[in-house]
Amino acid sequence: MRLKMGLPAGGALLVLILPDIAVAAENGIDTGTTCWMLTSTALVLLMVPGLAMFYGGLVRTKNVLGTMMHSFVAMAVIGVLWVVVGYSLTFGRSVLGGIIGWNPDYLLLKGIDESVVNGVPEYVLAMFQGKFAIITPALISGALAERVYFRGYTLFIALWFLLIYCPLCHWVWAADGWLHNVGAAGVIDLAGGTVIHVSAGISALVIALLLGVRKGYPKTPMIPNNMVMTMMGAGLLWVGWFGFNAGSTVQSGLDTARALTMTQVSAASGALTWMMIEALVYRKATSLGFVSGILAGLVVITPAAGVVQPSGAIILGACSSIACYYALKTKVKFGYDDSLDCFGIHGVGSGLGVLLLSFLIRDSWMQNAAAAAGGTWSALNQFSIQLLGIGVTIVLAALGTMVIYFLVEKTVGFRINEQGEVEGLDQSLHGENGYGLIHSDFVK
Amino acid sequence: MKKIEAIIKPFKLDDVKQALNEIGVAGMTVTEVKGYGRQKGHTEIYRGAEYVVDFVPKVKIEIVIPADMTEKVVTAIEAAAKTGKLGDGKIFVSPVEQAIRVRTGETGENAI
Repeated sequence: MRLKMGLPAGGALLVLILPDIAVAAENGIDTGTTCWMLTSTALVLLMVPGLAMFYGGLVRTKNVLGTMMHSFVAMAVIGVLWVVVGYSLTFGRSVLGGIIGWNPDYLLLKGIDESVVNGVPEYVLAMFQGKFAIITPALISGALAERVYFRGYTLFIALWFLLIYCPLCHWVWAADGWLHNVGAAGVIDLAGGTVIHVSAGISALVIALLLGVRKGYPKTPMIPNNMVMTMMGAGLLWVGWFGFNAGSTVQSGLDTARALTMTQVSAASGALTWMMIEALVYRKATSLGFVSGILAGLVVITPAAGVVQPSGAIILGACSSIACYYALKTKVKFGYDDSLDCFGIHGVGSGLGVLLLSFLIRDSWMQNAAAAAGGTWSALNQFSIQLLGIGVTIVLAALGTMVIYFLVEKTVGFRINEQGEVEGLDQSLHGENGYGLIHSDFVK
Repeated sequence: MKKIEAIIKPFKLDDVKQALNEIGVAGMTVTEVKGYGRQKGHTEIYRGAEYVVDFVPKVKIEIVIPADMTEKVVTAIEAAAKTGKLGDGKIFVSPVEQAIRVRTGETGENAI
């Protein structure tokens, strides 16, 4: 009886599935790649709540919700802006002498309803890229934590996305972007060393300098309210990063496997290195040091995961942790308040990766580059291209952020008033508390 | 009746509870508290920045007992909570005017 019931049911299922496969083949859809890109899209979005938890745990109790909202609100603001104009501004054809992209068909994504690019529905590509646009401004929130109006922050990320992210993304990643085509094979930036981490890191430094320090910094200890949440957030970031880097190969093949492997190796190497530094200096391995090492390893490999090999990934992860560790030390000396170290880790670590990768590229890539350059192409040649990429990023991010800062400060207000800051963002801006009644904060 | 408030090291809570059970103290209220005395604070390291944290986590036990048990209880807590190092805590004894059991309305020592 069971069998008899099973057969027609199974047959019905086949009938249900088969037409889809037939349609997929007809449209030229590569289901394997599409499947991985769908997964990657979800993985990159997972990094946003991961970042919210990472940052949220690091601030004081009175600001935990305000800080987590900084990451979450990017999903809404950039999530809408991306569909309305973002995809057009970044992946449209170069206009205005290549400053920006533009394609009227991409406005509200209305022209891609039936579009399939290299076997992948264009909706998937647009959504995948959109997730990068969401997380990048959210990274900057680490530098302005605990001291800005929510309305000011929201306007800031919207303008930052339009004026800095969109042009930069177009230059580096659009097929006709000028940095994509400079030199033998363009600036090497697989998943956003320049576009995402250096741009966010430099903007973070600028915004931290312009906003000034939090009240009481650095004399008052500002101790993380929940390291458990920070560690869980870092774990989610590591997992999500596989979509970030391996997804950025936009295929489901050899390059994808390479990017995934280098991501894993570099993150592990970064965490191990930071742990060893702390063990030597403090005789203790702190959990925050460990997760900082994970991040240092992840940001450094982000531009490089497509071109280096495992030994290179180990070197990059270790160098990044050393550089970031000293960058954080330097921050204490200079006294600026990049509260959650967006510049110290994303800017420094990923900047290092963008430059250092030139000397760790696999031979086959260099041979292809030499062929494309019509003869020879050396690591130093590529280094100069990488320098150009990072230089352009720094100039755009720094100048753009300054302009946006003044726009926001003069219109809706950016730096919160003193009373609001003392009371905490959660109460003064959101009217809520992160935790229950009995969880109080003694160390203000 | 007397109220005993003892501020002790958190990891000594189980020892103190057991010692009090053994001499017939049937209940207690426990609170996680922070404070400082002679022990001063400790340092915590966050991304290379060392902070001196003045307030040290402690556990506060509150029990109400018949007055004639006071010495026994204080001795038991003292013995169980002692490590001999700074920060072992303090015991305070104060008089209690009245106690009422909410469920039955019993009063005085019957209620504790």
